Amino acid sequence: MFQSKPAELLTMTQEKQKTPLPRTTLTSINVGETDGSQDLTKLPIKLTVDDLSIYYGKFKAVSEITMHIPKNRITALIGPSGCGKSTLLRSFNRMNDLISGSWVEGRVLLDGKNIYDPDIDVVDIRQRIGMVFQRPNPFPMSVFDNVAYGPRLYGIRKKSVLDEIVELSLRRAAVWEDVKDKLHQSGLELSGGQQQRLCIARAIAVEPAVILMDEPASALDPISTLKIEELMQELKSDYTIVIVTHNMQEAARVSDFTAFLMINDERSGTLVEYGPTEQIFTNPQKRQTEEYVTGRFG
Amino acid sequence: MPRQTLDREIHHLQDEVLLLGSMVEQALLNAIDALKRRDVESAKHVYLNDDLINEKRYAIENRVLILFATQQPIAHDLRLLAAILEVITELERMGDYAKGIAKIVMRIGQSDIPIPGREISRMGDQSVSMLHRALSAFITEDVPMAYRIPKEDDLVDDLYNQVYHKMMAAMIADPEIIDHSNCIMWVVHNIERTADRVTNICERTIFIATGELLEIDASDDEWDDEDEL
Ligand SMILES: Nc1ncnc2c1ncn2[C@@H]1O[C@H](COP(=O)(O)OP(=O)(O)O)[C@@H](O)[C@H]1O
Ligand SMILES: [Mg+2]
Repeated sequence: MFQSKPAELLTMTQEKQKTPLPRTTLTSINVGETDGSQDLTKLPIKLTVDDLSIYYGKFKAVSEITMHIPKNRITALIGPSGCGKSTLLRSFNRMNDLISGSWVEGRVLLDGKNIYDPDIDVVDIRQRIGMVFQRPNPFPMSVFDNVAYGPRLYGIRKKSVLDEIVELSLRRAAVWEDVKDKLHQSGLELSGGQQQRLCIARAIAVEPAVILMDEPASALDPISTLKIEELMQELKSDYTIVIVTHNMQEAARVSDFTAFLMINDERSGTLVEYGPTEQIFTNPQKRQTEEYVTGRFG
Repeated sequence: MPRQTLDREIHHLQDEVLLLGSMVEQALLNAIDALKRRDVESAKHVYLNDDLINEKRYAIENRVLILFATQQPIAHDLRLLAAILEVITELERMGDYAKGIAKIVMRIGQSDIPIPGREISRMGDQSVSMLHRALSAFITEDVPMAYRIPKEDDLVDDLYNQVYHKMMAAMIADPEIIDHSNCIMWVVHNIERTADRVTNICERTIFIATGELLEIDASDDEWDDEDEL
């Protein structure tokens, strides 16, 4: 490089002689910071959790949680075992009503309407907010009847309409190709991953607005897990998804927003930090979140 | 579930970065020393040793990539490892500057052209000192220090200007030495660039500690147009 001609060198050194501007910070961004698509205050909100506490008898399992769950996004609930993730998730479609002694304080608003209001029809809520569980739990009936179960419950009888709903739901759940020749076999004969996608098809057959998933992939093999994760990405254009997972890499891969819960001194689950997933996994703001996501918790 | 494996690997990598840093510091000091003593043999040594610096850099990069693949580092761990990738690139470049100086010493050989040794030594010492402290700040995540060190770059720039004036005067007095004087200007250019790159290391320190990606303006990147030569 030192072979360059004197003239060139002079130009370089000439520039060098000029007085530098005062040194300042020119540009600066924060890692994990993104455009407006990650700004909760600018997104349409599907579910609003307002100062919600959930009790089992006298035990306050979840304490005073307030959070906004955006429409057509995937929100992950993470945190150590026993911190109240499943309890919180179940409260979003009043599944906790089924547990005797369980009661709530505060509100959960679906499109602005409190699902705990006395005039609310619980069956209607569960139609609009579906649930997929950790262990695939097809009913002991045919693949077809599993998916048609909900629509029938809501009064659809016509065979051609049911056929259409079943096929569409199985397609959206990315399991149609696997089961189209086995529609009248028992759902229990499918593989674990297929069963879970069948359960997702069953959940979407009643056209819910929100799908709640409690560790939907934790009982599945890695390939089935990735299929479910891919499926979630496709589903989010039509649904709002809330997922509980104990697998942090899964939360990082699939979700747009992440809420980190932890128990407080009274052993109640509290919301420690909630924000865009990219931020939670690159630059969390709370020390406890950092310790948990980096695997140094406890 | 504590991360003993990851923590151990990170500590090891930090040691390796410091080791790479001291190899670069030594290369710069040796190259400048060879210039002052017009010692072609020892310049050749610096020139050839650059391979070791490159090897060390790739070994560190490889370890970091393996950790990305096997340990899925997150948050602070992720920022630290990403910053290490940046810093070793800077260090390798600085090693190239030392190699460039060594090459010039080999070219100048025993010629008796004037060398402003005092200024060049001071530039080298100052740059190496900045580098050394920047690497300590990098390892200890000392943010105030990371903000302070780039300010010292002015000293290096002042010395650069002094050498420039000296060499210009010498060239005017004796046009015969223009070619060799250019070589000397490349030496000081390389030292000056080394000090500039220290700023990048400081930026990465701030990034690890705060998550903020910022650019501390290197003083030689902006010029006031009105200022005459
Ligand atoms: N049906 C129940 N009756 C009483 N306590 C419960 C019940 N289900 C969960 N709990 C308690 O509530 C707390 C939160 O549990 P859970 O919501 O299952 O946590 P997570 O899903 O985060 O592991 C735990 O202390 C658990 O023992
Ligand atoms: Mg649970």
